[in-house]
Amino acid sequence: MISSYPPLTATDLACDRGGRRVFDGVSFILAPGEALQVEGPNGAGKSSLLRLLGGLLAPAAGTIDNPYRVAWAGHDVALKPGVTLADELAHWARLDGAQPEAVTAAMAAFALTPLADLPAGILSSGQRRRASLARAMASGAELWLLDEPGVGLDAASLGLLAAAIARHRAAGGLVVAVTHGEIGIDAPQTLRLGA
Amino acid sequence: MIFLTLVRRDLALALRRPGALALPVLFFVLVGALFPFAVGPDARLLARIAPGVVWVAALLASLLPVETLVEPDRADGTLDQIVTRGIALEVWAAARLVAHWLGFAVPLLLALPVAGILLGVPFAVQRLLALGLLLGTPALAALALLAASLTTGLRGGGALAGLIALPLALPVLIFGVGAGGDGALRLLAASSLVLVALTPFATAAALKSALE
Repeated sequence: MISSYPPLTATDLACDRGGRRVFDGVSFILAPGEALQVEGPNGAGKSSLLRLLGGLLAPAAGTIDNPYRVAWAGHDVALKPGVTLADELAHWARLDGAQPEAVTAAMAAFALTPLADLPAGILSSGQRRRASLARAMASGAELWLLDEPGVGLDAASLGLLAAAIARHRAAGGLVVAVTHGEIGIDAPQTLRLGA
Repeated sequence: MIFLTLVRRDLALALRRPGALALPVLFFVLVGALFPFAVGPDARLLARIAPGVVWVAALLASLLPVETLVEPDRADGTLDQIVTRGIALEVWAAARLVAHWLGFAVPLLLALPVAGILLGVPFAVQRLLALGLLLGTPALAALALLAASLTTGLRGGGALAGLIALPLALPVLIFGVGAGGDGALRLLAASSLVLVALTPFATAAALKSALE
């Protein structure tokens, strides 16, 4: 089973932004099925830590050992306004080598099925956020990197998010989520930046 | 295959905005139409300067879409999605280059006869011009992408991109206008080959620092 896989390991990470040290000495070990909740005030480097883990940013010091494929749900949702939601998710699924059924299932999991034929440009920000989470889910990647996934979501959608995260972890997936508030992740490790 | 998926996607997005595709072509034809008014209706003079006019118009037209080549994908998080999937930015850049060339050069070549008639270019010269543009436009597309990636994220990046690309396009312009001479077409093709081969790597390097 997947739990025999090695953990995601970060050792003594440091991050520089604009010539300024944002954080250093950040270490954690995340085993399959576990979730890490990253907290801290604005500017503490939460999103930067996520970008380090996603390979978008090089650490100023320290190492990341990540044996897993990454699904990225960042602050920018990367949806082209003129394209329907279904086409948009299908495009990324093709790049991921995911099956069309995975997209259908992910859209259902985030209650997006009735919106499938709408252009992404007319969706509300909460709906766009859900679409970006559905894309992460459909990718089949083991490690989800979520930047403030709860922002703009209503209570029902937050429930869908918590359920999706729980299912992903039950199947051996890993989650790193940057949050300000509680988003219903069950028994996460927490990492507090900029204390 | 990832490269083809990316090219198909870019073309599909371009076809959704036919106005953006038509703009450089209309610009190209209009510049061609302006010259008879500017220099007078002397047919012999027009025919002589026509290749230069066509090439300058093509060069300026290639810079019109420069702001849509990289910046939207950086700003809306598309490039983040590409990188976190482990897709090399070089592959993305090569796909964008191919799609940009198809969306810009093919309509331009189709509009060339119109510009040619407006300038009174003889048919034999038009064929040579078309061949030159076919060989030289990949270089222009590559320069536009390179300039777009160097200026992405900057305010007024589009104008700056023009300032970067125009001097670099000089050799292409010289070989293109001299297309009748010995070896000029080969030099044109060589410029295109070099630029097309190097641009994906240069673009990826520029984007890596832009994404940080």
